[in-house]
Amino acid sequence: MMTNAATLQDCLAATGLSGPVELRLLPEPARMALRADPAHGNALSGALRLELPTKIGDRANNDGLEVLCLGPDEWVVHTDGEGMAAVQAAFAEIYGEVPHSLVDISDRDIAIELRGAAAETLLSTGCPIDLSRIRPGHGKRTLFDSVQVVLLRDGEDLFRMEVWRSFLPHVWGLLNTANRELEVGL
Amino acid sequence: MLLIHCPYCDETLPEAEFVYAGEAHIARPEDPSTYDDEAWRDFLFIRTNARGRHFERWRHTHGCGRFFNAVRDTVSDRFLLTYRAGEPRPSDAELEELAK
Ligand SMILES: [Zn+2]
Repeated sequence: MMTNAATLQDCLAATGLSGPVELRLLPEPARMALRADPAHGNALSGALRLELPTKIGDRANNDGLEVLCLGPDEWVVHTDGEGMAAVQAAFAEIYGEVPHSLVDISDRDIAIELRGAAAETLLSTGCPIDLSRIRPGHGKRTLFDSVQVVLLRDGEDLFRMEVWRSFLPHVWGLLNTANRELEVGL
Repeated sequence: MLLIHCPYCDETLPEAEFVYAGEAHIARPEDPSTYDDEAWRDFLFIRTNARGRHFERWRHTHGCGRFFNAVRDTVSDRFLLTYRAGEPRPSDAELEELAK
């Protein structure tokens, strides 16, 4: 999985464009889509070994595991490869009492990191939402130039944007172009 | 661009994140086999086509993914109210109050 990202990075780095925002493709984490009834919050929190966030946009972390609440019954779980096996085992154990769906979507998305004081401005070239409403430590599923993405804000000037693999060249091209435009003051 | 309040996210967000999903509060017949052709046609295709206040479904596709209901004025495009799927249709009196 790492090699995939590295190869893509090589291809895409060839844009030759740079700007005030540092853009890079992140090595792929293990990524899972979780759907379950939030009424089972306690059991789900137990299996994840953290307090399952139930407010849309909220996140929780523990021991290398990160969970973002995307919808009333939907979460995305990030971890590393070993963490994924542990999570899957823990969920297999509660499957009898807590019906759920836990799907490995590691390869579905590629994450872009945006770092720099102009990161919010750069994202606003494609995102229709008021990005200042996403506070650090929160996230949201939204759009970037008609492509559905999951946006995570890790700091005032630090974002991660997860894009479905086949849309990446489009999004990456736009981000780099807009970044260059910010650089030259267009 | 319209701004729409998602009752699940509890945020007011741009229309681009949503899709329209037809008229709301149309219950699927319990037993379609008892329907004749006209009644089935009406269920499938015949809609209110309101001029003014319209009850309609929307889906927050590029957000939380949920379907919900809305009351929108088709003349002014103003949203009076959005509420979660499964909640009862608001009464005229309640809507009058909101329209003030
Ligand atoms: Zn929503």
